[in-house]
This record gives sequence, C-alpha cells and structure tokens, in this order.
Amino acid sequence: MKRLHAMRHLVISALLLLGLWQLIIAVTAVPPYILPTPQAVLEVLIEKAPLLAHHAGVTISEILAGLVLGILLGLATALALAFIPRLRRTLLPMLLISQVIPLFAIAPLLVLWLGYDMLSKVVMATLIIYFPVASTGYDGLRQTQQGWLDLAHTLGASPWRRLIHIQLPAALPALASGIRMAATAAPIGAVIGEWAGASQGLGYLMLNANARMEIDLMFAALLVLVAFSLLLYFSLDALLRALMPWHRDRLTRLS
Amino acid sequence: MSLGLTLNNARIDYAGHTLFRDISARLEAGSWTALLGRSGCGKSSLLRLLAGLEMSDLHQLDLATDDGQPLTDRVAWMAQQDLLLPWRRVIDNLWLGDDLRRRPRNRKLAHELLAAVGLEGREQAWPDALSGGQRQRVALARTLYQQAPVVMMDEPFSAVDAITRLELHDLASRLLKGRTVLMVTHDPLEALRLADQLLVLRPSSLPGHGAELERLPGLGAARPVPLDDPALPPAQAQLIARLRDSEEAA
Repeated sequence: MKRLHAMRHLVISALLLLGLWQLIIAVTAVPPYILPTPQAVLEVLIEKAPLLAHHAGVTISEILAGLVLGILLGLATALALAFIPRLRRTLLPMLLISQVIPLFAIAPLLVLWLGYDMLSKVVMATLIIYFPVASTGYDGLRQTQQGWLDLAHTLGASPWRRLIHIQLPAALPALASGIRMAATAAPIGAVIGEWAGASQGLGYLMLNANARMEIDLMFAALLVLVAFSLLLYFSLDALLRALMPWHRDRLTRLS
Repeated sequence: MSLGLTLNNARIDYAGHTLFRDISARLEAGSWTALLGRSGCGKSSLLRLLAGLEMSDLHQLDLATDDGQPLTDRVAWMAQQDLLLPWRRVIDNLWLGDDLRRRPRNRKLAHELLAAVGLEGREQAWPDALSGGQRQRVALARTLYQQAPVVMMDEPFSAVDAITRLELHDLASRLLKGRTVLMVTHDPLEALRLADQLLVLRPSSLPGHGAELERLPGLGAARPVPLDDPALPPAQAQLIARLRDSEEAA
C-alpha cells in the first residue's frame, strides 16, 4: 500500500512538471528548436524507439557495470580500512583525494587512456560510486556497539564470525544509504564519460542531437535516462529493504 | 554445574591513577553476589576484568576456579542494555552463540527457555517489536541458553520500570538457581533481595590504593526476599547509610 502511495506521488510530480513545461511554452512562445513541446518529444520517443533503445542499452550496461564494480571496490576498501589499522593513514587521504578530483576534468583523460569504448565510461561510473560506498561502509563498520562486541567476545566468536554475524549486519543500514546515493550518481558518471568521447550511448546521442538542432530527440534521450535512473533507484531501494526486513519502518522515505 | 571462583590481586589503573589494587573476593559455587559502590568507583571495570572482556586500561588479576580449569567460555555476560541484535528474530538471538562458534543449535532448549521467561509464541518476532521488559527477558533467556556455570551481570535490570524490575527479580532468581552469579547494581533493594553476599567497593583508607572491597552478608532468607519481609526495610536503610558514608569519605 505504501509503495503504491509513493508511486502516486511520483506520477503527480511528473504531471506537474509536464504542466509547467507546457505553460512555459504557452507563455513565452519559445520556438520549438529551443524548447520542444511535450507532445513533440513523445512523438520522437515513439518514432525513434529502436535508436533510443540501442543507445540506452549501452548506457545502462555502463551504469550497471560501474555500480557492481564500485560497490565491490567500495566494500573491499571499507573492510580493509576497518580491519587493517595500518592502512588507514595512507588509504584515507587517498580516498578523499579520489573524491575531490573533479570527474569532469579527468573524463577526457580516461577516454584518452582507456579508449572510446565502454571501458572508460564504466571506470567513470565506478569512480563516482566508489567513494560513498567506501565511506559509509567504513563508518558503519567502525560504529558497531561496544556491547555487541563484548557479547561476541564472551560467546567465543572468531574475528571472521564476528564480522559476518555482528559487524556487517550492523553496518548494513549505513552502507545502504551509501548505495542509494551511489545509485543516483552512477548515471552522471556514465553520461560524463560519453560526453568526453564516445560513439554510442545516451550521452553521445544527446550531444549529437544538440549539435544537429534535434532538440526533441535530445529531450527524448534525457527522458529515457531519467526514467531508467528512477527505476534503478527504486529497484535498489526495494532490494535493500528486502535485505533488512527488521529495519523496514525506520528508513526515511523519498516521498 | 556450579563453579566457585576466588580472585586475588585484582588491580586496574585508569588514566595514570590506581582505580583499585590488591582486591580479593570469594564467589561460592551457586551463590549470588551483588557488587555495589558509587558511580565511577570501578564496579563495572572489575566485572569486565573478571568476565575477561577487552580492557584498554592497565590491569592485573589472579583468578582461580574451583576445578582448576580456565574460566574462558564458561561465563555468560548480561549487560544493562539487552544487546539483542535487531536483525535476528527473538529465537535467533538465543542461538547467536552457536552461530558464532559454529555449533549445532539446541532448538528444544531455546523454546523451553522462551516459554520459561513468558515469551512463548513470540519466537519469530523482531526485537524491535517487543517492550523493554520483554527484551530484557529475551536477554535473560539468551544468557541462560549458554548454560554457563558463571553469570556476570552489569546492572541487568536497571533499564526497566520498577514493577517490571521486581518481576524480573523473581524470574531471574528462579532460573539462575545453581549458577554462580556476580551482579553489579545501583539498587540496594535489588542487592538485598537477590544476593547471598554484598560486596561494596569504597574508597580505601590506604593512600594510593584507590578503592577497597567491603563484604557484607546477605539477608540469608529464601531468594528473592519477599517485599513484605520485615527484615528488608531496616537492612535497606542500613545499606543506604553505608553507601552514603563511603561517598562522603571519598
């Protein structure tokens, strides 16, 4: 029921945005090559569906690959930081540096080094996902209640079993916030990568359409990207909730 | 499965000064000992020391068991917080120790203990769905499930309301019969109702020694001492006066 409720709010928000869009066109009489009507975008969406699907497929693969890699690397880093104190002094500053380097600035470099293919875009998405997962995972692992650790000690837990049964589940809520953040950031990484140099993908399509003044196609590509990003967020959110049935009612909701 | 303990030369230094030193005590097999004292005197630290928990402070202890075997893995620990893991259902919390040690779970015992603490039918509930008193009863059941001969408790009943606390006293004294229990408490009534002996950690007269341990006998009646026992109010008044004295001396 609650989920249905959230969906309804999402639809209402979308309709409001659509109305605002239409209103701006009616009031300012802006020409269609600057801002196309929703109707024109819808027509392109249907007419060029195969083209959009092809490019969307490429971008979605990049995002998903980046998400998986970023989460795995982030988790590995969080575990290493939490359990190998000597690593902290070198790894923590590096983690911070990796985050403050502007991705826009290194996108052309990555394309230069890794090529025009998907690899450079996957790396971009991975980089953007890695930091929130690593830092929230590390925070979560660090903040295990001392009482639980005492209990595990008197119950004769080995470090490994303690990690599996106490520390990881205790870190899961914090880690889940990091993964949610990552899910919204991942598409940005992939699209920036495509802007810097690509021969396919939604970012490439948008750039190309823009250059050819096909603003309606650019909007259609944008819509597909937004729709997928929302779908990705809600699927991951549902998956994380299923992983934490005990935590269900304490999570903050988007809507 | 009773096991008596003798401790000698217990010492903890905290932040450069001695919390206590040369502390000795005897915990008879199957007896209940209450450990009292003002806040910050080191009661909980002494308990942690005996339970073999991790300590960051400098510490020392000679601990002898009656059977000469090490105490490791034969102590059950119960804290002020129930320490239930929210991601485990009530019954899964009971066999946490089995999972941590890769031992088979004893389903029969778990069900029996949950029934004994009055939580039959709540086996599959999440801890967050229980009241504070119910959670503490699950924690008690988990402590019993370990079947350890020695039980150490750090203010186990202080986080619940007064009536629930009295109910927990009845339950705990019935179910912990035969175990050697050491319990830190702030509540003189709780100490007198449950304990065979009372140990009061109070400032030592010797300079640089920190605190020393004073031993007082319990009421010696059936456990738990009924609330309307005529010996209870005067004993309580005496004990409070004693604790207050030790505070003023500090």
